[in-house]
Amino acid sequence: MAERSHEPGQSDTGAAPNSRAETAAHLRHLLETEGEAIHTQTSVSNYRRAQAYDETDNLDALRTEARAIKEDAIDRLPELIETVREAVEANGGTVYLADDAADANAYVADVVEDRADTDGSEAATGSEESGAGDGDRNRPSVVKSKSMTTEEIDLNDALEADGIDVTETDLGEWVLQVADDTPSHIVGPAMHLTREEIADLFVEQFDPDVEFDTPEALTRFARDHLGERIQAADVGITGANFVAADSGTIALVTNEGNARKCAVTPDTHVAIAGVEKLIPSVRDLEPFVDLIAKSATGQPLSQYVTMLSPPTNSPTVDFESPDEPLGGDDGTAGANRDREFHLVLLDNGRTDMREDDQLRETLYCIRCGACSNSCANFQSVGGHGFGGETYSGGIATGWEAGVHGQDSAAEFNDLCTGCTRCVDACPVKIDIPWINTVVRDRVNRDDDPEAYDFLVDGLTPDDEPDGFDLGKRFFGNIATVTKLGSATAPVSNWLGDTELVRSLLERTLGIDRRRDLPTFERRSLVDWFAARGGERESRRRAAAAGPEDRHSELDREVVLYPDIYTNYVDTDRGKAAVRTLEALGVPVSVPDLPESGRAPLSQGMVATADRQASRVYAALAEDLDAGRDVVVIEPSDLAAFQREYERFLPERSFERLRDNTYEICEFVFGLLEKGADPSVLSTGDSDGGEDGDGDRDGDGDGNRSIAYHSHCQQRTLDLEAPTTALLERCGYAPRTSSVECCGMAGSFGYKREYYEVSMDVGDRLAREFDHGGTDLVVASGTSCGDQLEALLERDVPHPIEVLAPDSTV
Amino acid sequence: MTTDTVGRFERSLDELAVSVAFTSAAGATDRLDAVLETPAVGVPLPFDGVSLPERVAAEPTATELADARTGITPATFAIAEYGTVAIESRAAGDEPVSLYPEHHVAVVAASDIVPDIGAGFDRLADRFAAGGDSIVFATGRSATADMGGLVHGVHGPGEVTVVVLEDR
Ligand code: SF4
Repeated sequence: MAERSHEPGQSDTGAAPNSRAETAAHLRHLLETEGEAIHTQTSVSNYRRAQAYDETDNLDALRTEARAIKEDAIDRLPELIETVREAVEANGGTVYLADDAADANAYVADVVEDRADTDGSEAATGSEESGAGDGDRNRPSVVKSKSMTTEEIDLNDALEADGIDVTETDLGEWVLQVADDTPSHIVGPAMHLTREEIADLFVEQFDPDVEFDTPEALTRFARDHLGERIQAADVGITGANFVAADSGTIALVTNEGNARKCAVTPDTHVAIAGVEKLIPSVRDLEPFVDLIAKSATGQPLSQYVTMLSPPTNSPTVDFESPDEPLGGDDGTAGANRDREFHLVLLDNGRTDMREDDQLRETLYCIRCGACSNSCANFQSVGGHGFGGETYSGGIATGWEAGVHGQDSAAEFNDLCTGCTRCVDACPVKIDIPWINTVVRDRVNRDDDPEAYDFLVDGLTPDDEPDGFDLGKRFFGNIATVTKLGSATAPVSNWLGDTELVRSLLERTLGIDRRRDLPTFERRSLVDWFAARGGERESRRRAAAAGPEDRHSELDREVVLYPDIYTNYVDTDRGKAAVRTLEALGVPVSVPDLPESGRAPLSQGMVATADRQASRVYAALAEDLDAGRDVVVIEPSDLAAFQREYERFLPERSFERLRDNTYEICEFVFGLLEKGADPSVLSTGDSDGGEDGDGDRDGDGDGNRSIAYHSHCQQRTLDLEAPTTALLERCGYAPRTSSVECCGMAGSFGYKREYYEVSMDVGDRLAREFDHGGTDLVVASGTSCGDQLEALLERDVPHPIEVLAPDSTV
Repeated sequence: MTTDTVGRFERSLDELAVSVAFTSAAGATDRLDAVLETPAVGVPLPFDGVSLPERVAAEPTATELADARTGITPATFAIAEYGTVAIESRAAGDEPVSLYPEHHVAVVAASDIVPDIGAGFDRLADRFAAGGDSIVFATGRSATADMGGLVHGVHGPGEVTVVVLEDR
C-alpha cells in the first residue's frame, strides 16, 4: 500500500485536520498564504454593506418582508414544487426533481449527451485527457455560470467523467477551474488569489503572447477565451438565485453577464437549483432583488437581474450558421429554434432540513456572503479554513450539516465564536450563531468519551452527556472553575503561572500556554458588597448623594448582575458600577446570582444553558415584580438575557427580563438624560465638572481623547452608541474601533488551535488603537479588555471605571 | 412620470458612469446615429416615428453580432431609483444585441421611466401577465472584481448609453 503523505493540517483521510495541532497548523498556513487577500476583500465588502444598509431607509422592512416570504415558501414547499412543475411544463420546459447529487448529475449528463447528439456534433468519446475547457471539438461541451449548488453536487467532475467538456464562465470560477482549486468564499470564489498569482497561473497554463500586468489585461484574455467556449457550447448550465413558481421564472443575479450568455446562447439551458430557491411569484422577487447586492457587496443593485421563464423567445445564437439572421417574430421563433429548457430541482437533504426545527432557517439563506464578510475570523482565514466541503462562513454550518452531514460541519464550526456580528448583516435575519450553537451541541453529543474525564468531572455539574471534548466542558463550566479559583486565590494564581500546570492545561484542555490566565480575586464582588453593609448601606449612600427633590423618573433601584468575571476576576469594574450608581442617587443590590448560561452556550451546551436561564429568571423574578432594574456589565451576559433566552423561557418571562435589563453605560446615560447630574462623575474635560451644570457639548474642545472598543454582541444589541454618548456627555472625545471583534471572544482565544487566528484578528484592532496617540483605551467586554491588554501591553479598563466618582484611571 | 423622476434617473445613470441623451422622437434616428460606433446591430424600435439609423444591421446574423461594436435595443421601462433599464427578450434578439457588443444603447420613452423598484416590479408583473416571459434589469456596465481589481466590460458591455425619448 502506498505511503500516505502527511500534509500539515491534513488528517489521514485527506479530510479536515482532526487534532488541535493539525488544526493550528492548517489555520496558520492559511493565515500566511491567503489571509491577507481575503481580509482585504471581505473587509471592504463588509464596510460597503454596512454603508449601503445605512443609506436604505426601509431596510428593516425589506429584511422582514424577505424573511416572511422565505418562511412562507419553505412552509408551502411541496405545493410550490407542483406549481413550478406545471408552469415550466406549460412554457414548454421540463422539471426534474433530483433526490441527491448522483441523481442530479446523471440527469444532467443525459441531457447534455442527448442534445449534443441532436446537434449532430458527433459526440464521440474522444481523448480522455482533455481537461478544463480545452477539449476537442467532438466532445459534448457545456458552459456554466457560477453556482454553489453545482459545487455541492460536484457536477463538473461527474460530467467530465462522462466525457463532457465543462467550462466555468464566471471569471473567478474559471480561475479556480484552471488552478484546480476550490472556492474560498460563496460569492467571490477566487478572492484568496492575488492578481499576481492569477497572472502566473495563466502564463503557465496558456503561454500567451500578451503581458498580464493589469486586471484589464487578465480580464480581456479571459473574456476572449471564454467567449469562444460559449459560442461553441452545446448546453448552457446556470444556477438560480430564485425561482418564481407560478410563472416558472428563473432569477439570475450577476455582474459579469456570463449567466445571461450561458442561458440564451446555446439552444439548451439547464438550470440547477436547490428546492429552497422557490418563491411563490415574480412579485415576491422585489425585496430580494433590492437586498441581495447591498448585502453581498454594498452595491445598490446588481448589474444584471435576469428574470427568464424558459424556454424563452430569445433566438439562440448559432455560430454554426453564422450568416443567417438570428431573429424571427415572437410567434414563430421559439418553435423554429428548437429551444430546450430543463429545471433541475435538487433535494439532497433539504427536505430533512425543512423538518428539522433548528436547521430549517438555513433554507432561508440567499447566499449573499454577508455573514462571511462580517465575521472577524473569516476575514483572517477565509473559506478554506472557515468552511466545509462546499459552503463557507457562518451559515455553512447549517448547509454542511444539512447536505453533507454533521461531520463536515464539525470541522470548522468552532471558528464561529458566537460574536453575532453576522446577525445584523443577514438580509433574511437568520440567527446564524444559534445554528452554530445547535450544531456544536449535536457534535458534542456524538463525540466519543475521552480519557481525562476525571479531571473535570468534579467541576462539571452540567446537563451534558459524558465524554465530549474536555476543553469545551471546562470552558462551559467556567463559573465553577472561576469560583474555585477565587476561593483558592492567591494559590490558584501562583499555580496557574507554573510551567507544569500550563503544559497540563494545554495537553488536557487545549488552553494555549502563550495566553495569560485570569488572575482571581480572593474576595468576590458579592462578598465585598455584603461586607460593606449590603443593600442597606447602598441605600444610605444613594440617599446621601441624591438631591432632595428627585423627580420620580430618577427614583430607581438596581440589581447589579454579578457575572462571573466581574464577580471573581475583575471586581474593580463592579465596584466602579456600584459607586457610580450610588453617586447618581440610585441604590444597588448585588445578590449572588446564577451564571447566565453564556459560557455553556459558547461551547454548544444548550441543555445546560437552558437550565441556567430558568435559574436566573427564578432568582430575579421577585426583583422584576418589585419594579427593579437589572443592570449588567458584561455584554455577553446581557446578550444572553436579551437574545438567547427567547429560546429558553416562556415568552412573557423572556420579555419581562429583556425589557428590564440594561447595559451599565446605557443605564447611566439614561439617568443623565432624565436629569441626573454628571458632575458627580469623573469627567474628561479640562474644567472637569466644576461648573456642575452638566452642560457639556462634547465637541472635543478641551476634552480628553479616549479609544473605545465596544463588544461584538453589544453592537448587535445596538448598545455601542449609548456608551459613546455617555463618554461624550462626560467630557471625553471617544474614538471607536471599526473592526468587528477583538478576536478573543470568550474562550476562543485561549484555545491552542485558535490562538494564532485570535491574535491575527486582535492585531488589527490593536493597530487601529496604536497610532493616534490615544492615552486611554477602554473596552466593554472582559475578553476584549484581556486581548487589548495583551496586545497593547497596557491597562484597558471598562468605561465605567473611568467615569466612576474618584476614578484613578 | 414627472420631471423629478427623469432627473432622478439621470443622476442615477451619472453615478453608474452611463451616458444619457435626451431627444424628441423625430430627432431620435439622428441622435442614435451620432451615438453609435460601427459596426452596429439593432432590433426594431417599437416607438412611433422612431427607426434605426441606416448603418445599423437591423436583422443581424451571428457573425454581425459577434463583430458589432454597438448594439441598439429598446427598453420596456426604466427605474429612476437605480438607473436600471428593463430589456425584454424578444424573438428579434434584444437579449443578445444588448449583451454581446461592447457598447449597448438602450432607447426608452420618458413616460416609461418609473420612480422606484416597487413600480418597476409592478410593470414587470404586468408584462408577464400580458405574455412576456423574460426581462433583464440591467444597471450600469458589466463588471468583475475577480482579476485583482474592478474591471468593466467582461462578458457584457463595458459602455452603456441611454437615449430618452422626451415626447414618448
Ligand atoms: S446566512 Fe444570511 S448573510 Fe449568510 S449568506 Fe445566507 S443570506 Fe447571506
